[in-house]
Amino acid sequence: MSALTAIVSMTMLAQTLRMSVPYTCAALGGVWSERSGVINIALEGMLLSAGLASVVVHVATGSPWLGVAGGAAAGALLGLVHASCVRGRVDAIISGLAVNLAAAGGTRFLLRALYDSASNSPPIEGFRLSVGGGASGARLLVRTLVDPLTLLALAAVLGTAWLMYRTRFGLRVRASGEDPEAAASVGVPVERIRLGAVGLGGAICGLGGAALAFDQHQFQSGMSGGRGFIALAAVVLSGWRPGRAALACVLFAALDSLQIVLQQETRLPHDLVGALPYAATLLALVVMGRRVQKAGLGARPPAGLGKHA
Amino acid sequence: MTRERRTALLATLTGLAAALIAFDLLVWGYGESPRAMVALLLEGTWGTAYGAGQVLFKATPLLFTGVAVDLGLRAGLFNIGAEGQLAMASLLAATLGARLPPGTPALLGVPLVLSTAMAAGAAWAAVPALLRTRFGAHEVISTIMMNKIAEAFVGAAFVYGFAQAGTMRTPDVVAGARVPRLEVLFGALRGSAASFALVLAVACAIVFGWAMRRTRAGREIGLLGMNPTACRAEHVPVGRRLAQALVVSGAVAGLAAAGTVLGYKGYYEAGLGAGAGFGGIAVALLGRGSAVGLVLAALFFGTLAQGGLAINAHVPMEVMDVLQGVVIVAVALADARVRAALAGLVPKGRPA
Repeated sequence: MSALTAIVSMTMLAQTLRMSVPYTCAALGGVWSERSGVINIALEGMLLSAGLASVVVHVATGSPWLGVAGGAAAGALLGLVHASCVRGRVDAIISGLAVNLAAAGGTRFLLRALYDSASNSPPIEGFRLSVGGGASGARLLVRTLVDPLTLLALAAVLGTAWLMYRTRFGLRVRASGEDPEAAASVGVPVERIRLGAVGLGGAICGLGGAALAFDQHQFQSGMSGGRGFIALAAVVLSGWRPGRAALACVLFAALDSLQIVLQQETRLPHDLVGALPYAATLLALVVMGRRVQKAGLGARPPAGLGKHA
Repeated sequence: MTRERRTALLATLTGLAAALIAFDLLVWGYGESPRAMVALLLEGTWGTAYGAGQVLFKATPLLFTGVAVDLGLRAGLFNIGAEGQLAMASLLAATLGARLPPGTPALLGVPLVLSTAMAAGAAWAAVPALLRTRFGAHEVISTIMMNKIAEAFVGAAFVYGFAQAGTMRTPDVVAGARVPRLEVLFGALRGSAASFALVLAVACAIVFGWAMRRTRAGREIGLLGMNPTACRAEHVPVGRRLAQALVVSGAVAGLAAAGTVLGYKGYYEAGLGAGAGFGGIAVALLGRGSAVGLVLAALFFGTLAQGGLAINAHVPMEVMDVLQGVVIVAVALADARVRAALAGLVPKGRPA
């Protein structure tokens, strides 16, 4: 099969969709957090911890659903820790770095403590889907489309958009992020709203971690591989809007699957091709910077980002 | 003792206490005796001359990257790309070091490879610096991406001719480009990998501490970190100073290769020095902008790194990575609390 037919194929489409799930969930976590005014670089650590948590719960209970819930819970917990630190006036970037460092070390510690392995967990089954085996592109696409985690991610996009723009909670989140002092002065409990928003975002990000682990049918040390930061770039690129953030994530996922196809089908250097999503992220930041400098096309970050009431 | 100093000291002590508590809890949760593990840790680090030497060896790259991250922090920049800057510096310094003629005198060879390491680290940091000053791209995301790209680049370099045939490492560096071990001067450290790179690292900490207070560029970088708006109003060249801070930070991070490639292995392999970049963040945040603080912080985390190996047979050494995060948060939290209490700015409903 030539590289081109491999790129323009159902398999590629399915791959892209599958890979966009962790990115999208992490980006939604970033949107919730930053729209409420809390800078969040802890997405990476949340993805990683949630991945392990989902596997641990899945292995312990045998239920993939409980595993997903465990991942979401781990993400929410880290979100609450991060938001609490920021509330205690810790610099949000320092707090995020600490979460990431502790998550990277903590997951490896737990891997060894629970499964006596430095690199990966025992295999898990994940969701059993009855659409038949085989590797044909169409089947793969259908299987991705009916995968509960894909559907959960889609629900999270729609739910986030609805909650953020159509409900009182969403309005309060946005108010806390735009101008915490003004919001506080009209009675919005800014600190509590932020805890809620970052916690909710953490839970959604946790779904992404679970998707990452379920996709590989195991947890691997360091398996988030910078996706939390790429998702954050997608948030910036989207102008902190959930729908566009999801679209940006699909774009990054497409690059990710393109990279895999190029590694399999061409003789380009594997490692360099593997760096494609990272280079694209840098490019996205440049494009974004240009746009903001020229016209500020709705790309403004929340005005109260990083400010306290 | 000034109020500022007291605040810093209190915050640091809180951080260390939190680290000890977290360590005890994790060890206890793992089913081992915290007291026995602390004893084992101390014995394996400062208990013997060899252990102490190994602590110094582990502290060396951490001090370089700590100074590097601190330099950025003073300008208000988070250089979390020391990891990639060090990887590129290690690759290029090791490659040049191996290509030098075998009889190269150390007086020529060592400065040559060290400046290569600095140049490579600086060049790798120049990209995020440019993205930041020209396009406003936040350095946290861009430096992380540069880490990943460096990882890919090193992998590709090993496949395409940088590695010794049949291996995944660079050829041996010539004798004249190696940094001698400390054991040649201090016999007691025999067997430990501590090298004169440590002396260079301490010198770096002192020189940059001095330059920050006594040179125009250093002063402006420090002021920039406190208030960029005021600096702009005073016609401080903000963009240029930001870029300078990040590029010099990258150069210092690259120098850490002196302790890993040139003072230890004598070649570079993927993963050598990995973790030093992130460890440097912890060192910088604990060391809090003073040369003495940075040296002590590097020794502390060096002790944890070596201590992790000492207890590894009983408790996974990864427990030490968790402590890095705990220390960072505890110090920052304590610092914020103490400051708020001093300024009478304690948030409503929350006791000091």
